[in-house]
Amino acid sequence: MAELDFEVVELDETDHPAEGDEAPDFTRPLVDSEQWHDVALSELLDEGPVVLVFHSMDGAFPATYAWNEVRDRGWTDEVTVVGCSISTPYEHKRLIAERGIDARLFSDPQNGVAEQYGIVNDLDGMRGVAEPRPAVFVIGDDRTIEYAWVASEWPDFPEYDDVEAAIGAL
Amino acid sequence: MSTESPATDAADRTGTTERLTLYRLQACPFCERVVRRLDELDIAYESRFVEPRHSDRDVVKRISGKRTVPAIVDPNTGVTMSESANIVAYLDGTYDDGDEAA
Repeated sequence: MAELDFEVVELDETDHPAEGDEAPDFTRPLVDSEQWHDVALSELLDEGPVVLVFHSMDGAFPATYAWNEVRDRGWTDEVTVVGCSISTPYEHKRLIAERGIDARLFSDPQNGVAEQYGIVNDLDGMRGVAEPRPAVFVIGDDRTIEYAWVASEWPDFPEYDDVEAAIGAL
Repeated sequence: MSTESPATDAADRTGTTERLTLYRLQACPFCERVVRRLDELDIAYESRFVEPRHSDRDVVKRISGKRTVPAIVDPNTGVTMSESANIVAYLDGTYDDGDEAA
């Protein structure tokens, strides 16, 4: 990627679940291009491994970049990929349509899932608004986390090649 | 069980009844009417929220043949239907065992 000419904020250490840990379970509305309903992560894992992508709110450029990359790399052809952000289901539907995303997105406006995963990112200059820091968890169907990446600065983007290797190793 | 009607079987909510699926739109009064009746009759259901724009509700059209909500799918009886008055009448006929105050 071209050199980025903006301020990067270092984020504090986090205590997020690591490789080998069990992925915390949660239930939130899961949005596809047409509808949404409450789904538990464990329900998805019953059907196979899951790549869980935490991203910034829909409309922010990191979300756009990340989903363009996921789409172009064709991850959704290989494995179940789901996103999670604080955006509402209506915003998720728009993002899915605009970006041609072939993944479903969890809606978590109160950021509780990020709290469960220890990856809360309080947004500077937006009082009362927190979202997950960018993160990717590759989770095996036994709920074990096989690969974890969590941003250490903001903005930051997933190590796509590493995620891809982890998907390949499932 | 052989002496009971199919409707009574469907109303047997001791754990053998599968959840209904309700296709709904947020803040749609006709959908809320169905929700109220489902709750009153203590019927387990899953909500699927759809697009406000009628023309974009293909998911509902695929299951019911129409783009209108509310629509329900009842796996216990194989019934799929639209229109809140019809749905409420169906729920009453299938699941109201006359003992809802209990």
